[in-house]
Amino acid sequence: MCANHDPQTDPSRRRAIEIFLGGGILASLASFLYPVLRYFVPPAVTDLGGDEVVAAKVAEMKPNSGKIFRFGSKPGLLILNADGTFRALSATCTHLGCIVQYRADLREIWCACHNGTYDLNGRNVSGPPPRPLTVFDVHQRGDEIVVSRKREA
Amino acid sequence: MASLHNKFRPLLAARSAALAASILLASGLAYGQAVNSCLDCHSAQPGRLEVTPEKFSQDIHAQKGLTCVSCHGGDASNYDPDQAMSRKAGWKGKIDRRQVPQLCGSCHSNPAFMRQYNPSLRTDQLDQYHTSMHGKRLAAGDTRVAVCVDCHSVHDLRPPSDPRSPVNPVNVAKTCSRCHSDAALMKPYGIPTDQFANYSTSVHHEAVAVRGDLSAPTCTTCHGNHGALPPGVDKVQNVCSNCHVFQAQMYGKSSHFKAFQDKGLPGCVVCHSNHAIHMPSDAMLGTGSSGVCMKCHAPGDRCDNARASILGNLTQLDQSIKDADQSLRLAESAGMEVSEARLSQDQAQDSLTKARVTIHTFQPALIDADIQSGMKIAAADLKAGKDAMVERNHRRIGLSLCLLAIAFMLVGLWLYIKKLEG
Amino acid sequence: MIAAVIRWLDERLHLDELIAPFKHKTVPRHKLSYWYFFGGITLFLFMIQVLTGILLLLYYRPGTNEAFESVQYIMTRVQFGWLIRSIHSWSANLMIFTAFVHMFSVVFLKAYRKPRELTWVTGVILLALVMGFGFSGYLLPWNTLAFFATKVGTEIAGQVPLIGKPLMIFLRGGEDVTGATLTRFFGFHVAVLPGIVVVLIAIHLFLVQRQGMSVPPKVEAEWAANPSARREMKFFPNFALRELMAWYVAIGVLAALAALFPWNLGVKADPFISAPAGIKPEWYFLFMFQTLKLIPSKVWIIDGEVLGVLGCSLAGLLWLLLPFFESEKSSRAKAWVTGISIFALVYVIGMTVYGFLAQ
Repeated sequence: MCANHDPQTDPSRRRAIEIFLGGGILASLASFLYPVLRYFVPPAVTDLGGDEVVAAKVAEMKPNSGKIFRFGSKPGLLILNADGTFRALSATCTHLGCIVQYRADLREIWCACHNGTYDLNGRNVSGPPPRPLTVFDVHQRGDEIVVSRKREA
Repeated sequence: MASLHNKFRPLLAARSAALAASILLASGLAYGQAVNSCLDCHSAQPGRLEVTPEKFSQDIHAQKGLTCVSCHGGDASNYDPDQAMSRKAGWKGKIDRRQVPQLCGSCHSNPAFMRQYNPSLRTDQLDQYHTSMHGKRLAAGDTRVAVCVDCHSVHDLRPPSDPRSPVNPVNVAKTCSRCHSDAALMKPYGIPTDQFANYSTSVHHEAVAVRGDLSAPTCTTCHGNHGALPPGVDKVQNVCSNCHVFQAQMYGKSSHFKAFQDKGLPGCVVCHSNHAIHMPSDAMLGTGSSGVCMKCHAPGDRCDNARASILGNLTQLDQSIKDADQSLRLAESAGMEVSEARLSQDQAQDSLTKARVTIHTFQPALIDADIQSGMKIAAADLKAGKDAMVERNHRRIGLSLCLLAIAFMLVGLWLYIKKLEG
Repeated sequence: MIAAVIRWLDERLHLDELIAPFKHKTVPRHKLSYWYFFGGITLFLFMIQVLTGILLLLYYRPGTNEAFESVQYIMTRVQFGWLIRSIHSWSANLMIFTAFVHMFSVVFLKAYRKPRELTWVTGVILLALVMGFGFSGYLLPWNTLAFFATKVGTEIAGQVPLIGKPLMIFLRGGEDVTGATLTRFFGFHVAVLPGIVVVLIAIHLFLVQRQGMSVPPKVEAEWAANPSARREMKFFPNFALRELMAWYVAIGVLAALAALFPWNLGVKADPFISAPAGIKPEWYFLFMFQTLKLIPSKVWIIDGEVLGVLGCSLAGLLWLLLPFFESEKSSRAKAWVTGISIFALVYVIGMTVYGFLAQ
């Protein structure tokens, strides 16, 4: 089985092999490496979006007031109590999904759609809402107030 | 009774003996329980005189320790009907309908008495009843109106919180309709009898009776229960505003509020009906059969134009949201990831809902503000869907190039193998 | 240039001695030679898994708060993240498929016979471990389907008599499927299983190199009668180049699948909702799952599920020991083994299809 000078391997045939094999190796490797190399570059947005969010700056919250902020794709309610503590809850009413608000006069969370009320722990105390609001964790980082979901094991 | 005594004495004696025998047996079986001759006899009586222990045990009064004697008087320990049901024993007989409210009220309006059983129960029912149409007419001598036992039942009276009680919210409308849908009964009063039929088609009925959502209204929520009376044409939106706060506030500040009041029109009911309250639709702003505006307004006037522009905007937003939904669905079925845009669609839908509430200001500019914010979101979502399809096409082009390179390689390898093996 | 490097290495490592056995390695050539490719393809797909798996590790975060979001991040924000993840998911399924094909081709070509019993045993263990890879990896995106499939799967494991409960608690990291389960499965998937599998693959490959490729009995008999009919192909470069072609085809198939049918993300798992109707495990577990579903809830006095689990385990054990049931002398034993193998193949395919179609 002599493979080297086979009379059939004329120069054009060899050239064809070179082109296809050489070109094929280069092209295929390039098409494999290109996505992998681009994959290594971290995207501009590093926030995963669902975990925690900066709800407000410390300076913009007044005592006994509430602020609606965006948490992922759902609304959240941040409350600064009169005693200086922060409270953050889901702002989606558990009755029919309207956005609730903080009532400074009642010191309660109120839903304008059908007059449902929750206490500051999110418990549904009166009106149609059947379930309490989800409570989130609140931390202060420098001059930012960061809200995150409650940690699970 | 004197004649009975003389003619049927032997029969009476036989009857007493038979009864005594069966009662002895019954009391032997019911050893240890308090003697209640009333139930023992009346459980064997026919028709409307029948009250069985099974039935009476369901009654809240029986469960609290009251007995037949508490309302009817008489002597429950005596098996002789003449003595058990004698005036001397304080027997009141069948309570006359006109006396029923007074009798019930003798306990239920006595706070000191009720406190022994349930301190948080209200004790103003009788006072309220006197202000109601039923109470007023009863005082005028009409015994066909409802008294306590008609709604609450009697001898198997369950508390209103019990779902089997006729006055539990899920059952109230049916209870009221027993009289109020009876054409023959209502004829002398000239009251319509279509309320229950209409209410049954409403969203409130669907919420209460079908879904069990007790926060929705039934007859007594708007009309009162003991003090039942329609609220009055000029007070309708007060009643509705208890739940529909935003709409009532907006309506109260709008042009229509004073206009309806001046004409003596019943506020919310004008457009939404009183009993047949259906899920509102944008068609109510239209000119078709469900359109409500053109019932008063003339075609071509300022208000008609405002109506048309509001309807146009709402329809536009609704359509934008649907278009964006369609675009996202297409992208999803092509395997693209668009979950963020899908979630943002909820916000667009919220804007639409908010805009529909703002209709009650009857100011196109305010409604438009809500619509525009919704349009922005829907437009962004539509773009997200389209971008996803563009990305999909890019991926397919990339795939083709890669497959081409692989094909090249395969040809090269095949030729090389052929060369090697000659 | 390359020659210079090889010379440099050769002076230090005596490459001749190392390469020598490979230069002489041959592969038998006969009508059924094509089945020889499947082992190599499975190995190649495993290498793809390791590579894409490492890439995914650059962005994936375990933990109930972040797992789903990080996979979503990879699919939507990382450049070509959708490609890497989809290739990883598709290649996982393809690899299990080719592993099954490889195993059944070994069965029907009777390559498990003496002296290759150990190769078979390591292979069956590898198949079980690879299915463990599939089971543990499936949970990592922490979506609803995966959560409930894991719940059902570990529940079944808990049915093993005596050790079942401790086994289930070991797998779940607790009584229920929670974030602890996710952490644990992540550890199994990226550290424990890869470690064990790499060692077993090394042993498996070493055995194959040492013993060469087996030839089916009929062909063996032909060549014994007629030695000149024997055909062999050099491994390097002839068979290796063909294998390379097969690997390129595999890449092409993977790329097409990943681009045309990107892997689904699903909905984030919520432990408090009730299980969606019709929860099924992944297709490679379907035949066992469907078997369990068909067993009545009580057989005599034994609980149906326990019987099913024991039965499947026993069947697995017997399958592992298959080579030892066939002796060279007894043609009856050979016939039995062939018959059982056919039954096994039909059963696996049939129950898988049945599981797919059943509601």
